[in-house]
Amino acid sequence: MHFEYNVKSGDFSNAGSASSQIKKVLKQLNVDSVTIKRIVVALYEAEVNVVAHSFGGTIFADVTAEEIILVLKDTGPGIPDITKAMQEGFSTASPQVREMGFGAGMGLPNIKKNADKLEIRSEVGVGTEVKIMVKLS
Amino acid sequence: MKIREVVALLDAKVFGNEQMLENEVEFAFSSDLMSDVLTVKTQNVLLLTGLANIQSLRTAEMSDVINVIYVRGKRITDDMKELAEENGILLMECNYSMFRASGILYKAGIKPIY
Repeated sequence: MHFEYNVKSGDFSNAGSASSQIKKVLKQLNVDSVTIKRIVVALYEAEVNVVAHSFGGTIFADVTAEEIILVLKDTGPGIPDITKAMQEGFSTASPQVREMGFGAGMGLPNIKKNADKLEIRSEVGVGTEVKIMVKLS
Repeated sequence: MKIREVVALLDAKVFGNEQMLENEVEFAFSSDLMSDVLTVKTQNVLLLTGLANIQSLRTAEMSDVINVIYVRGKRITDDMKELAEENGILLMECNYSMFRASGILYKAGIKPIY
């Protein structure tokens, strides 16, 4: 199964709607609740990142019997230093993002903790691609 | 503990159906930082927060939290009520501070996560 969702920059009222829809799909597929939580927490963190940091992007979700692959592709400023961005506590979030309850520099590390595999590719001034893989079995 | 008892202890106002008052809770987590809530792995946690916005509800939804108490007199908006209803989440408003509400529940036997 393949799904695509557009994510708008700065649209905090809808941040999480794609994650919500993926959660419903996984529930219908009878994926166990612990795995669903790992997937949607990782996806939600990544979705909020696209809303908070990029100029907009798309989420591509591919679900098979064995795994789910989530790719979040955005256009935007990119991440100059991915190693630094992966450190807990490092954040470039705006005050607006912090008011939403995020921006504590915990998003990317938490995605890594919940994913079986995480790949981040980024080009400064172009955009970022985050690939999250979680086994379903 | 049943949510019905939590509501009585905190003198809280409830937004949800009567049946949800029978929800059982064993653990609670108090935070205004949703990034912290998203790291909680324990299931069936009662969330106490002063962050009354849509993102606190989205966080609850992703974290499988079905009982949320907004402390410090924060008011629940109509769009929050709508999203909560859609996801089967019980919302409560409490005028106590986060410290006071957490202390009352801890004393009554609700367990901390860490």
